[in-house]
Amino acid sequence: MTAFLAKPLIDGNNFLQLLWFFVIALVFAIFLFLDGIDFGVGMATRVMAHDGDERALYMRAIGPHWDGNEVWLITGGGAMFASFPLWYASLFSGYYLLLFIVLVGLILRGVSFEFASHAITDRERSVWQWANFAGSVIAPFGLGMMLTSVIQGVPMDAQGNVRAGFFDVVNWLSIVGGVAVVFFCFLHGLHFLSLKLDKTMSERMLNTTKKVYWIAYPALVVFVILAFFFTDFYQRRTWSTLLITVVILGATICGHIAAYKKRGGFAFVSSGITLAGIIAFIFNGLFPNVMIATDPAKSMSVAAASSSQYTLEIMTIVLCCLLPIVLIYFAWSYYIQRKRLITDSSPASIKAALSE
Amino acid sequence: MTVLGLSRFQFAMTTVFHFFFVPLSIGLAFTVAIMETLYVAKRKYVYKRMAQFWGKIFLLSFAVGVVTGIIQEFQFGMNWSNYSRFMGDIFGAPLAIEALLAFFMESTFIGVWMFTWNRFKPGVHVIFIWLTWLGSTLSAIWILAANSFMQNPVGYSIGKDGHAKMQSFAAIIGNPQLWREFPHVATGALMLGGFVVVGMSAFGFMRKDADRVFFTRSIRVGAIIALIGSILVIFTGDLQTLEIIKDQPMKFAATEGIYEDLKSPAPWMVVGLMNEAGHKVAAGIEIPGMLSLLAFHKLYGGTIYGMNTLNDQYLAKWGKAHPDIANYYVPTNVLFWSFRFMAAVGFAVLVLSILVLWFTRKSKNTLADSRWKLWILGICTYLPFVGTTGGWLITELGRYPWIVYGLQTIADAVSPTATVPSLLFTNIVYFLLFCLMGGVMIFYSRRVLHQGPEQDPETAKVEDAPKAAPAAAKAADRKVALA
Repeated sequence: MTAFLAKPLIDGNNFLQLLWFFVIALVFAIFLFLDGIDFGVGMATRVMAHDGDERALYMRAIGPHWDGNEVWLITGGGAMFASFPLWYASLFSGYYLLLFIVLVGLILRGVSFEFASHAITDRERSVWQWANFAGSVIAPFGLGMMLTSVIQGVPMDAQGNVRAGFFDVVNWLSIVGGVAVVFFCFLHGLHFLSLKLDKTMSERMLNTTKKVYWIAYPALVVFVILAFFFTDFYQRRTWSTLLITVVILGATICGHIAAYKKRGGFAFVSSGITLAGIIAFIFNGLFPNVMIATDPAKSMSVAAASSSQYTLEIMTIVLCCLLPIVLIYFAWSYYIQRKRLITDSSPASIKAALSE
Repeated sequence: MTVLGLSRFQFAMTTVFHFFFVPLSIGLAFTVAIMETLYVAKRKYVYKRMAQFWGKIFLLSFAVGVVTGIIQEFQFGMNWSNYSRFMGDIFGAPLAIEALLAFFMESTFIGVWMFTWNRFKPGVHVIFIWLTWLGSTLSAIWILAANSFMQNPVGYSIGKDGHAKMQSFAAIIGNPQLWREFPHVATGALMLGGFVVVGMSAFGFMRKDADRVFFTRSIRVGAIIALIGSILVIFTGDLQTLEIIKDQPMKFAATEGIYEDLKSPAPWMVVGLMNEAGHKVAAGIEIPGMLSLLAFHKLYGGTIYGMNTLNDQYLAKWGKAHPDIANYYVPTNVLFWSFRFMAAVGFAVLVLSILVLWFTRKSKNTLADSRWKLWILGICTYLPFVGTTGGWLITELGRYPWIVYGLQTIADAVSPTATVPSLLFTNIVYFLLFCLMGGVMIFYSRRVLHQGPEQDPETAKVEDAPKAAPAAAKAADRKVALA
């Protein structure tokens, strides 16, 4: 057993290192799938809602869940720290200001739910609703930028210190990447709302996404072209990257059709898969590295960034014991609160749903 | 202004601010859980109203605690990347386990608890708040496991790459430092949560139309929790001190302002001022023999080393490996006074809680009529925060110049890529955000008090019937007596 665990399997990485690379990718994919809902709903408060009460209703829809969804990001960060400390150190210190902006976004969004519930006047409440909206745009945009900047390769020294210049972080691909994540979160949030609101409002959500979805196709084409020139994914990891591209496109088409057919559930799963696909695209392309340096010799491989075998073993045992339990009660919390919040979209029933 | 100085300031600022809300959330979760359990057990509606009312304050605290907590996890990588590289093999695991075991639990069940008051039977619903409390308490264990390693490294080896490697997970969670720190932090949180309910109830009494039954019950529940919490926090603090004398004598010597070795029976300096540059006490008032009693619980307990001796010892021990460290003195005045404030707060809460219970006793409940007592209690809402902050200042500043005791210095831990302008910028923004959130938190907490608890359907009926003010006041008095 120990001999097998220590044996290099793919590109010099042993089983546990591969497993944890996959786990990190999985956790970030789940994070984007779940917190993408909250970001999208936050955007919808400005784009879709007519008045303060409707905004509050949207926020109520994710009220019980957003915090748990955000924990997937914390878990991703913690798991990365535990299993690939050198990756964590290089990435987080290298993207200092961008991550700081993401944090500010998450802070604004995080307090807005509770603070908005204590507001007395509409004007006061709208301050926190604006904070929620701003945070819900800033955070996914910053994360999208970071992910699509990392994959282009960054100036990194032998110790792993990343000295990314402005144009390493802000360039065509990273801007398109940030916008893409925001865009798909928006669709995803609307699909979630279509499952939580009454028939009229649900249809309004799906009517919007079915129109907005048309932008996705040119955006994806632009993204693929930019990724082709700015990264080596299509050259170095041709088939897997192509496969994921097809999955992303397929999920997008499925979501679009579902929106046309007024199938909120299908549309929701599809847009979630698109978001998870973006993470898959990035992690698959990074492999067998975790950080790509502009000087390829200094790139950091999975094995080089990883913790000791002992720590990975401990973490694997912990993960196997805890994750199933977490998944069970996490799913349960969604299940018991699956009911639609309102049965008709009159202001009176919205008020009733908010005071419950 | 250096990268090191700004990084340290940021860590201090974000941690201190975060730790206002950690014990508040843990303590209030416990207090609310007790109130809801009382509701389940006694089926008195007032307890449900109490759980819901104080639950609002708890949720406010939780919201600010969560968002300031994200900063903590990210800043190890952002500001202290060399620390993360050196310590990641050991430090990451507790953080990841904290998220998996604790954060998911508290965030999921708080979401369920908030929105399902009408969905579940009281006996089931109360489980959710207990699970939330359990999650937040478990999170304290894991983050303190990480912190304990920094204070007292165990179960590790230094690898070929010069980084610390985990050798024994059991040793890391069995770190004696952890099992001294955790009970102190956990009971401190109970003390703080209970006492905040006491202080805020005092403000609640001051309102003209105050629901006296409600606040009498609240203040008594809060005072009992604060009383038990303060006794335990003093007891566990004493245990922790015994450990620190052995593991980190420099920290202990600084908290007592001891520069020269003391033979037993050692005198105890009650108050004093240190001449840190001259490495001696500038002025102080001493009680003979008292320190030996406090530290060893007997008059003849052995020698207590002074900072001058310890500094020489450390120079001999680490001088070769770290020639850049001129001396090993810690910020003595800060530690000395933090300790005094912390201890004073512990005893003050103990005494005030007893007084509250005395003045709200069934046979003679007079607290609500005494404005000055209410004012004192109200202002003392902020008192326990001074205590918890003092405790952390001692713990963290007391390991200076080490970030990981004996293994890595703070100066070596900072991110090599960090720059002064970016750190200055983030410091300013964090500071402004914290002022905003802290201000809003206090503002909304006051508003919750101002609006008062939800009206009891029965009281509403009683108040509607006799319109005359004296009769209503009499009825209210009777209610208080019944409480």
